[in-house]
Amino acid sequence: MSPAVRFQNVSRRFGAVRAVDGVTLDIAQGEFFALLGPSGSGKTTCLRLIAGFEQPDEGHIEIFGETAEGVPPYKRDVNTVFQDYALFPHMTAGENVAYGLMIKGVGRAEREAKARDALAMVKLADYGERRTAQLSGGQRQRVALARALVNNPKVLLLDEPLGALDLKLREQMQEELKVLQKDLGITFVFVTHDQGEALSMANRVAIFNNGKIVQVGAPADVYERPCSRFVADFVGSSNVLSPEFAATHGGSAAWTSLRPEKIGVHRANALVPAVHASADGVIQTIGYQGAVTRISVMTGGTRLIATVPAGSAAFKEADAVTLIWPKSAMMVMDGDA
Amino acid sequence: MSAILASKRHGGLLTAVSDMLIARPKLFTLLLLLPPLCWIGVVYIGSLFALLLQSFYILDDFTGLIVREFTLATYAQLFETANLQIILRTVVMAVLVTLACAIIAFPIAYYAARYARGWTKALFYLAVMMPLWSSYLVKVYAWKLILAKEGILTWIAGGLHLTWLIDGLLALPVIGGPSLSFSYIGTFLVFVYIWLPFMILPIQAALERVPATYIEASADLGANPGQTFRNVILPLALPGIIAGSIFTFSLTLGDYIVPQIVGNSRLFIGQAVYTLQGTAGNIPLAAAFTVVPMLIMGVYLWTAKRMGAFDVL
Repeated sequence: MSPAVRFQNVSRRFGAVRAVDGVTLDIAQGEFFALLGPSGSGKTTCLRLIAGFEQPDEGHIEIFGETAEGVPPYKRDVNTVFQDYALFPHMTAGENVAYGLMIKGVGRAEREAKARDALAMVKLADYGERRTAQLSGGQRQRVALARALVNNPKVLLLDEPLGALDLKLREQMQEELKVLQKDLGITFVFVTHDQGEALSMANRVAIFNNGKIVQVGAPADVYERPCSRFVADFVGSSNVLSPEFAATHGGSAAWTSLRPEKIGVHRANALVPAVHASADGVIQTIGYQGAVTRISVMTGGTRLIATVPAGSAAFKEADAVTLIWPKSAMMVMDGDA
Repeated sequence: MSAILASKRHGGLLTAVSDMLIARPKLFTLLLLLPPLCWIGVVYIGSLFALLLQSFYILDDFTGLIVREFTLATYAQLFETANLQIILRTVVMAVLVTLACAIIAFPIAYYAARYARGWTKALFYLAVMMPLWSSYLVKVYAWKLILAKEGILTWIAGGLHLTWLIDGLLALPVIGGPSLSFSYIGTFLVFVYIWLPFMILPIQAALERVPATYIEASADLGANPGQTFRNVILPLALPGIIAGSIFTFSLTLGDYIVPQIVGNSRLFIGQAVYTLQGTAGNIPLAAAFTVVPMLIMGVYLWTAKRMGAFDVL
């Protein structure tokens, strides 16, 4: 089975800037795939290369086994949910959804019925007659989703789909998108700079930095075993231990990632169990974050962050504590990137 | 506390006035609008009303005096063949000029809105606006020289062995004539030239407000460039085209200088008004003629609104 999307050594330059720099990537059919990275890392350009809004300067792109270079967007079985939704203001929500079908020459009655179904799928059954200006941000997002899905694309592209929504709505849409993707079986590729969103929604994540992919893997892999300091830092703010610190605290002499939630905070001189490492230090700040408490501890010259379940530790600032973590939680990474 | 508030009020008369205005936004808006409203109300609407009133009087042919009694007889005179021809001639010219302006202006405006950046955009504004800086009369006379039988256009056509083309055009019935500067073709060309900026700028402004993602979204949904143009770009640019056509259409309807200088001697509405109120002293009929463009524009705008041209605004 050919992959839904295949990038072979793809580059795209804008003047002197290499927005996408030698990216090689396979996205399997039916996958919910996230392109994650900071702004300007090349993830959106990758999405636009799949949609056909950009053409690669070098390399080769396939969509379901067919060469995509030189194929204009309107000849690709790919649909996009735009970051600003790009709903046509001179059409109703229903006309927006039916637009792709109208272009294909589907008869009025049929396309109206399909548009109604698509709107019902995104829980906006009664909104077909509304002007897009009369819809809230969340509703526009759903219309944009329906407008893309009604064409039954082979790949659905989502560009920061939830970026403009408030937290509550965003969490709800994350759930709905996951359910929708599972039900429809369509390959979803979505771009986000929100690592939480990427980890919770995607089957696999590609992490971008400076136009290159630095790591691809399942969310758990990427989170548990970041391959570089950049990934460790970008995905879930890890403690990055210097080779010197790691070597003297139960690891090897290499850059090492240690997740804050792996670190236990105990009173000073607590007993260290077997296969665990420890460090003594003084609490600098305690930040209450609802479900967890974030404790910043200075150990020698190194600051370590630990997150513990809220209410589990009765410490206050300036307390001397011992930090204890399993040696297996220390992940060796590339030092440079 | 009250002492602090009191001390703040010691700011002189101006402070007191601005304090009062901030507390009464409606009064503030009224004061802002009063001078322009006076101008529009008295000078503009007032004179228009006086004009309308005149059109319901009639000129007594024998005495040459205006009979100040309400009558529709003057309007009835508009339907006499000669007058009807003047109206028809002017309206057809205005329609053709507007269509030509829209067709020529759209690509220019599209380029300016979509592609021109930095110095090319500055160049665009300069190129569109610069003709407006020079005198209208000078431009029209310049065109008369360009279009004259001994003019530069004939000379160039001769050099390119295209004299037959101009001769062929001039041999056409109705729109032809002894030379380009004495034909409807000449009048049309000059009108299109003179009013073109008034069409380009509103279309460009409308296209400026169409984000690039709309065009991408349309392509993404399977529309080729032609379909995107028909279904997305054109409907969204329509308010601009309508705005531009209001300018070109009404300016052509009312103009009396261009057909006077370039064209055959058949009258347009503007010339008819000019002649009637001047030499003929028939102000009622001149006023009735003036009402015609206003009526046409009213019907045009009403139709455009009914067709949803302004829905996106």
